Amino acid sequence: MDARADVQPEAGAQALLEVDDLQTYFFTRQGVVKAVDGVSFALRRGETLAIVGESGCGKSITALSLLRLIPDPPGRIVGGTVRLAGHDLMTLDEPAMRNVRGNDISMIFQEPMTSLNPVMTIGRQIAEVILLHQDVSRKEALAKAVEMLRLVRIPEPEQRVREYPHQLSGGMRQRAMIAIALACNPKVLIADEPTTALDVTIQAQILELIVELQQKLGTAVILITHDLGVVAETAQRVIVMYAGRKVEEAPVGELFAHALHPYTHGLLASIPRLDLMRGEVNDTPQRLQEITGIVPALTDLPQGCVFAPRCKFADDRCRAQYPPYEQKRSGHWAACWNSDALYGGALHA
Amino acid sequence: MLDDVKPKPGAGAATGSGNVLEVQDLKKHFPIRKGLLRRTVGHVYAVDGVTFSIKAGETLGLVGESGCGKSTVGRVILRLIEPTAGSIKVEGHDITRLSKAEMRPYRRQMQIIFQDPFSSLDPRMTAGNIVGEPLGVHGVGKRRERRDQVAQLFERVGLRRGQMDNYPHQFSGGQRQRIGIARALALNPRLIIGDEPVSALDVSIQAQVINLLMDLQRELGLGYLFISHNLAVVEHISHKIAVMYLGRLVEYADKRTIFTSPKHPYTEALLSAVPVPDPAIKRKKLVVQGDVPSPMRPPPGCHFHTRCPYAVDRCKVEVPALRDLGGGQLVACHLR
Repeated sequence: MDARADVQPEAGAQALLEVDDLQTYFFTRQGVVKAVDGVSFALRRGETLAIVGESGCGKSITALSLLRLIPDPPGRIVGGTVRLAGHDLMTLDEPAMRNVRGNDISMIFQEPMTSLNPVMTIGRQIAEVILLHQDVSRKEALAKAVEMLRLVRIPEPEQRVREYPHQLSGGMRQRAMIAIALACNPKVLIADEPTTALDVTIQAQILELIVELQQKLGTAVILITHDLGVVAETAQRVIVMYAGRKVEEAPVGELFAHALHPYTHGLLASIPRLDLMRGEVNDTPQRLQEITGIVPALTDLPQGCVFAPRCKFADDRCRAQYPPYEQKRSGHWAACWNSDALYGGALHA
Repeated sequence: MLDDVKPKPGAGAATGSGNVLEVQDLKKHFPIRKGLLRRTVGHVYAVDGVTFSIKAGETLGLVGESGCGKSTVGRVILRLIEPTAGSIKVEGHDITRLSKAEMRPYRRQMQIIFQDPFSSLDPRMTAGNIVGEPLGVHGVGKRRERRDQVAQLFERVGLRRGQMDNYPHQFSGGQRQRIGIARALALNPRLIIGDEPVSALDVSIQAQVINLLMDLQRELGLGYLFISHNLAVVEHISHKIAVMYLGRLVEYADKRTIFTSPKHPYTEALLSAVPVPDPAIKRKKLVVQGDVPSPMRPPPGCHFHTRCPYAVDRCKVEVPALRDLGGGQLVACHLR
């Protein structure tokens, strides 16, 4: 089954979440780390937007910035706006912001064991969110917790609400996390590597569950992941990040078919892809295409295009000047001086 | 490289089967003790009768979900955990019952690379000392020679000599995994067990490490037991694949057979669960429901029957044997 939700975001509809020129810096002894450096994007109702990139590219910091959960010091959101349904979150005071977290925007994390409280029952952890944001009694909140566990298809929910995280399997814990995140019916769900710690068959279950609940509840999802397979199967639009910046953005089919940034190309080429299942004939193990080098330290970014030192097509202009982030094809943006020459990215009418 | 280090314990006694590793009906049951008298009240059937072999220069991919016992298999082979039953042969020598002292020469022949390069390296040791430690432990060469060997190993795995005095935190994840690989290579082993060696790495770095492992295998004729949950990676690096479920092998065949005509329903489910990085491909997914049952109380009969969409009554009572369906494809399923 194609796990992607069939809901097509209405074109031109007002964006639910608008992020404009977000800049999150960390001020360290080694210098200023521009973890997120001018990231803009819009999220529409019911849509799944994937943010992909390698560790350190700023995808998780982008997510935490939306919730204003950046540890300060050393971190600070130094610029940009984040508007949820037209309201600027950056100007809210802390109590108002607390009202947004878990209520309007909630988040699930990669490692359910470390993000759940080990000495609190699952039921109380779900009820806690509900009690915080809704005017209900403890009893009602616990009843809602059971309901949420049923929604995320945890068997015997009446039993499970009384259990502790360690009594649940990894997949069940992630389901419990999703139950907590969705307990207040948020408009936006940020899923930060939600299935990375899980087994494939469990990952398939969790992705199916997220898509199903998204359709049922109309939640918009920001899916942060490094797994291009997960992106291909769940997202509608994709942002590729590298060293704190957006390097490419396109609808998912477009991105996989016509990647316009050498980094995206490299990523797509470097993943092993079950070739035999796709009918290819190579019985002897083949070398994978590598992207040479490592992601540069954010304290010591190169001049010009940050990908240039690892890019086999880089020329003098790339090393001198950061390329503009431009629309190269319909709905397809990239920051590369040479994409037209390399991939024929002339804007199609 | 490092030919002087190459161990040949009991040279000449090998059976000459060409197998670096032979595992026969391997079992590991962990006792569960409870109460004041620590009486054994049950067992965790972590590994329950596993048989396979690995030739020099060959990679066996051992796949399965967490808790299926695949890591325990790796550790039992190294005798980091004592097996309950079965036999382990390294280069034809049975090491199952050897004493600690007798094990020492064999320890040099088998090494392990762990998943998490962040927790498997001692943060207080320099990278050079980490890589050189096995040489010291086994008394190989003098201090000065060892330093040269370590430098060679650094270059072998794509690190710079100049980085030998750095500490683990000064390296990136991929580089740390290279340190782990260099350390594993230090004693010139015949077999390397990789326990999810690339799972914690970024995709572009993962490709570098996989390529490094494949190059090393080609040059040094290493046998690999590659333990992973990532089927795409396993497909890429392996020659043969063993699929494990709750302590037992459910399917064992060469790579092509497993990926083009899987016969066990669990293998089928695993393959169909892998997200394909191509939005143009629409597949019918076989999403199996439920979790892996507890290995403390494995279901009777075929362990997979609780989640298998095709299970019949026989599956609930009778354990299916691993049968050859032709062409060396071994499958444990009543319905095939």
